[in-house]
Amino acid sequence: MNRVYHLVSTPGPMTTTWDLTPGDHRDHFLARIGVRRDQHRVPPGLYRLGSPDKESPVFVSANYTLSFDALRSSLKGINCYLLVLDTHGVNVWCAAGKRTFGTRELLRRIEAVKLGEVVSHRRLILPQLGASGVAAHEVKKYSNFTVEYGPVRAADLPEYLKNHTATPEMRQVRFNLRDRLVLTPVDVTQTLLPMLVAMGLGFLLGGVPYLLAALVLFLSGTVLFPALLPWLPTKDFSSKGGFLGLVAALPFVLSVALGHADWSWYRQLGQSLGYLLTMSAGVAYISLNFTGSSTFTSVVGVRKEIYTYIRPMAVMGFLGLISLIVFAFVK
Amino acid sequence: MFNSYTENTLVLDVEKCVGCAMCTMVCPHAVFAMDGRKAKIVNYSACMECGACQLNCPARAISVTSGVGCAAAMINAALTGRKEVSCGGPSCGCGDETPKSGCCG
Repeated sequence: MNRVYHLVSTPGPMTTTWDLTPGDHRDHFLARIGVRRDQHRVPPGLYRLGSPDKESPVFVSANYTLSFDALRSSLKGINCYLLVLDTHGVNVWCAAGKRTFGTRELLRRIEAVKLGEVVSHRRLILPQLGASGVAAHEVKKYSNFTVEYGPVRAADLPEYLKNHTATPEMRQVRFNLRDRLVLTPVDVTQTLLPMLVAMGLGFLLGGVPYLLAALVLFLSGTVLFPALLPWLPTKDFSSKGGFLGLVAALPFVLSVALGHADWSWYRQLGQSLGYLLTMSAGVAYISLNFTGSSTFTSVVGVRKEIYTYIRPMAVMGFLGLISLIVFAFVK
Repeated sequence: MFNSYTENTLVLDVEKCVGCAMCTMVCPHAVFAMDGRKAKIVNYSACMECGACQLNCPARAISVTSGVGCAAAMINAALTGRKEVSCGGPSCGCGDETPKSGCCG
């Protein structure tokens, strides 16, 4: 990371800008593809944005570059302070879930930067998604600062600031196609090694068809599943993924049935079942893991899902793999 | 069938509600609405148990079991039939000071 911040070690506020540099965009790209995932950080503390005075608003953020940069670039032309909490390079919502974006850290940071001396008012604007880590009334009680929850998305801040009220639309978290697709590169890079190993083993066992099946299995789970999420049947991520895996296996089943008329019926049947079971279980498993990236699954629900599906998945995957291995050799 | 998300742990004690409307502001899924001077749950099944309402309710009128949950621990327990141990195991990337992988896009 080659980001330069002035006065990093002195007690006074640091400075930052509204405009993002090519270096910032490069950093965002690396964060999005999962390169050094926990190293996309800005130093925690107080920042001056524009030329703020004692009356200027104070916005609170996380020390993750994507969070911090979304905030400052959304505040173009607004002179203000940014109070950055130490969330260990994690975004606001996830950090709030773990309480690193939390009441205690906020109180400590207010104290450390002597915010009460920097501004004359006693108001803080927090991102709404920080609310699962911060108790507004506790902050008020211990620091005398009033917490105001702004909109979910920083991009809505200019509109919000007109009269400090958020529309119902601004208060709701979304998970649209763009939101989902932007997460896929990290999932692809995180599963790259197992995917390559599976492709290699597949090739050794069953040639190009097995190699392709491994590739399709992984990409169905990491890319197609997030893309198609709302349109896949049923509610549970596992059953959605299981269905997608069956569909993804169809071309392989068809190629066995139609392309290999010379094969024995049991080899055709064995490989077909092998593709269906392995790919369905594999995609279902990757899909189940996507619950953690989604914006709407509850812990109780995810636990229920895991206890319902994980054993059937393991059995299906095991039987499917055995079938693929056996009928790679049994003619 | 195929829906594990019909129930959750959200409970609102309307008696205790002081009508500050904080829950309607912090909920990211519009679960709450004001009914006169009291909050009410209008979209129960949309609750994802993030815990923002409970934490920001000055009257302690809301209870919900929140937490990020550790999928690796749950998967291990479901597979082996053993008791679910929380974060920290070798198969778990989350829970320590600097989360490295797993949870959170």
